[in-house]
Amino acid sequence: MRRLLPLLLACTGCGGLRMLDARGPHVARLRSLWDLLFLISAVVLAGVVLMMLGALLRRRGGSRAQVPEVEAHSVPPGGEGARPVDPARERRMGSAVGTAAVLTVVLLFVITVANASTGAALARLRSPDALEIQVVGHQWWWEFRVQDADPSRNLVTANELHVPVGRPVVLKLNSRDVIHSFWVPELTNKRDLIPGQQNTLELQADRPGVFKGQCYEFCGLQHAKMGFVIVAEAPEQFEAWRNQQLQPAPQPTDPVAQRGQQVFLQGPCALCHAISGTDAAASTGPNLTHVASRSTLAAGTLPFDRGHLAGWILNSQSLKPGNNMPALTLPPDDLQALLVYLESLK
Amino acid sequence: MRDDEAWERLHLERTWGPKKGLIGWLSEVHHTAIAKRYIITAFVFFLLGGVEALLMRWQLSGPEKQVMGPDLYNQVFTMHGSTMMFLFAVPMMEGVGLYLVPLMIGTRNAAFPRLNAFGYWTYLIGGVLLYAGFLLNVGPDAGWFSYVPLAGPQYSPGKRVDIWAQMITFTELAGLAGAVNLIVTVFKHRAPGMSLNRMPLFVWAMLVKSFMVVFAMPAVMVASTCLAMDRLIGTHFFNPAEGGDALLWQHLFWFFGHPEVYIIFIPALGMLSSILAVFTRRQVFGYLPVVLSMVSIGFIGFGLWVHHMFATGLPQLGQSFFTAASLMVALPSGVQIFCWLATLWGGRLWMRLPLYWVLAFFAVFVTGGLTGVMLGTYSVDQQVHDTHFVVAHFHYVLIGGAVFPLFGGLYYWFPKMTGRMLGERLGKWNFWTFFIGFNLTFFPLHFLGMMGMPRRVYTYGVDRGWQPLNLLATAGAVIMAVSITLLLVNIFWSLKRGEVAGDDPWGADTLEWSTTSPPPSYNFLHLPTVRGRYARWTAAEDQPVVTGVRSDRKEVLVTRLLDAAPDHRAELPGPTLWPLWVALATGVFFIMCIFTPWGVVVGGVLLFITLTGWFWPRPPYKEELAPEQPS
Repeated sequence: MRRLLPLLLACTGCGGLRMLDARGPHVARLRSLWDLLFLISAVVLAGVVLMMLGALLRRRGGSRAQVPEVEAHSVPPGGEGARPVDPARERRMGSAVGTAAVLTVVLLFVITVANASTGAALARLRSPDALEIQVVGHQWWWEFRVQDADPSRNLVTANELHVPVGRPVVLKLNSRDVIHSFWVPELTNKRDLIPGQQNTLELQADRPGVFKGQCYEFCGLQHAKMGFVIVAEAPEQFEAWRNQQLQPAPQPTDPVAQRGQQVFLQGPCALCHAISGTDAAASTGPNLTHVASRSTLAAGTLPFDRGHLAGWILNSQSLKPGNNMPALTLPPDDLQALLVYLESLK
Repeated sequence: MRDDEAWERLHLERTWGPKKGLIGWLSEVHHTAIAKRYIITAFVFFLLGGVEALLMRWQLSGPEKQVMGPDLYNQVFTMHGSTMMFLFAVPMMEGVGLYLVPLMIGTRNAAFPRLNAFGYWTYLIGGVLLYAGFLLNVGPDAGWFSYVPLAGPQYSPGKRVDIWAQMITFTELAGLAGAVNLIVTVFKHRAPGMSLNRMPLFVWAMLVKSFMVVFAMPAVMVASTCLAMDRLIGTHFFNPAEGGDALLWQHLFWFFGHPEVYIIFIPALGMLSSILAVFTRRQVFGYLPVVLSMVSIGFIGFGLWVHHMFATGLPQLGQSFFTAASLMVALPSGVQIFCWLATLWGGRLWMRLPLYWVLAFFAVFVTGGLTGVMLGTYSVDQQVHDTHFVVAHFHYVLIGGAVFPLFGGLYYWFPKMTGRMLGERLGKWNFWTFFIGFNLTFFPLHFLGMMGMPRRVYTYGVDRGWQPLNLLATAGAVIMAVSITLLLVNIFWSLKRGEVAGDDPWGADTLEWSTTSPPPSYNFLHLPTVRGRYARWTAAEDQPVVTGVRSDRKEVLVTRLLDAAPDHRAELPGPTLWPLWVALATGVFFIMCIFTPWGVVVGGVLLFITLTGWFWPRPPYKEELAPEQPS
């Protein structure tokens, strides 16, 4: 059954049951609790349905035309047409119900203990030398701040997070506006991002891979398109990524890109976005210092390429209606220059 | 003898019958009339909520579909949830209870007839307000749970959430009115001999439900009022920037919201118990455990609201506590299921339509109950929380636990309410299409949740692989829509052409079947007495009736709480327009408050005037009462 179902779903062209596809110790642990609960549930459901079908096949009576007689305690006897119930059978049923109730208590107890021990096991996975990453929820994008003991090495990025394989990561979750919720089915359990409160969530990836996550608490118009990407990669690659992300944006050398930078800094872009190494330092929208190094645009909504980037800049409202980026009108040359500049921000 | 009876009926009809004309219709206070209005109104809202569900399923049938934009979709899913919870489920159960309880306990009207009418008008105004807002494009869009800060003044400007908050206040007020009414009716108006331990299980269910309403609804009224004040007059109950707390809303809301589920579900258990006894042709096995289970669900139901908040980052110990509490509620639920299964096992099944729905309940509800155990377990909940897995779970619990028994109850009590049976053949089509459509719609959602599909999303990407199962779910929703259409056809056809039912087509046990179908305005020619749990099955050949209650006054018998021994006669108030005026004044109060704090002043004055009118002492029947008073 455990193998069959995912296979069946895969055949029908569905995505896998990602929650059961553990890629780290946390979800692996949760998976074994899930298996226990699934087994118990399947047995209980089968038992109830079989009992019901058994009763259905066992004794029937009455037709449409004729109302069958009844069995009921009639105290004092002499009621209208009611036969008394058979006391021996009632006793047998009583002990069956009693046994079932005791079994229920036992099962519930097993579940309670298994759940608490899962919680304890997850807590034991916490590690003091975990990599700390601050996650800030915004309507409708994610801000990631990878922390370091040396504050000059704290980096800010958005919507795409790289984590090293095999090293525990602790996420510090917070929100700037409304409540959001963070979940990557293969890697973590779920935790809300609540304004005025800091939550923590641990994750660890065992193998390299690219995982999609998104917001799970309804947060307004674009709750559906508030996604992010987690890239788990070997520690060396992660360090390379981090060092590269810590660099300020390269100064454009090509004249078109230089013009694009002017468009960015003098136009409305710089009112909301930051690019380190330039005067743009606003934090209303995602930090764009290395925007071209990301695989997606608009919080995991669109692939990063020139066509989508142009569409996004000119008319983000048709791609993600209600998002906080206004539609811009740019002369074609300025747009081309801006695109070239943004694409240079690797 | 027959002449005597006709004379008596004439008198009773003259005393209890409604006034004529529109005024008569508006001033109606008899419980069957009010309850029918509740039931029909709630059913209309059910259809509207269903249409909203179909719109959502249409939108989600494929990735990036453009049936609706996010703004409309958010309104539609908010409307669907709010409608089904506040305008359909609770008032529907309330309506069925108000219709049946006075009949089942053998009295002539509910204890507070005018409060009953007031409750209905308030509910109607709240529902109309919500839909008027929706039609004017100010439908609420922050979800039926309206989490702050999203629903707060900063992130939901405009009047949408205010309309939602006031609709809540209206319907909760109506709910409280109905609950108080039911509690007093059950406690003080039972037929002589119907001691608490002989009450039908349905009446127990309505009693437990009413107590839950009394304790749960104030929490959400406080919450919705605080939200309205945050939005209208700048208080900061829920604003973390000013020392308020965003999570406070969730605690208040779920302190109501979880019991709400049982408020919907426990009356359904009562219906199920009634149907089960009649169609297994035996008493329900384990009356005492079933009653105690209902009562303990009523208590435990208040102690597990936090399992809706496991993802908010609570301390481990608190989570373990609320997990244990959540699992504990599975025990009384389980005991009930076992008792009903034993009833089935020990009975002789009479396969008529109401029983079909009850049998389906077992499969559907137990599935939902088991996923409920998973969700109550915090480790698992932190995975599937806010995914479509939860959508699947609560539709299994609420449709399985409440709508299946409700439809069973519809087939069972329709003859009593209208005098005609519902068609059998169409009924079977209705049942099977609903059962198949339901499972086709909601079972795939479990898998979608495990694949990571969140709730409350207006669309999803082409690359997610969520399309096939979503399409399947949409197909199921269409089948359910066909099923409901069949039900409507059946209802309208049967109203005109259905087989005439007679007083008691089912050979049933409870007292409502001892009067005519539909019951007269005075319910019973003679108030009955009872000597066993299954009143009609255990009645003696010469079971006495109550005499000495006047038929030219609206007199009923008041009995004692525990043993239902006759205590005194009481006169109930008759038809009047005052409840309508008070409800309208309440309406002005709440609706005006959406726009200006002056609503409190204007509404307060109007309420003062109308309430004074309502309570103005009317002259008692002095000349007739005088000789009865010891001087």
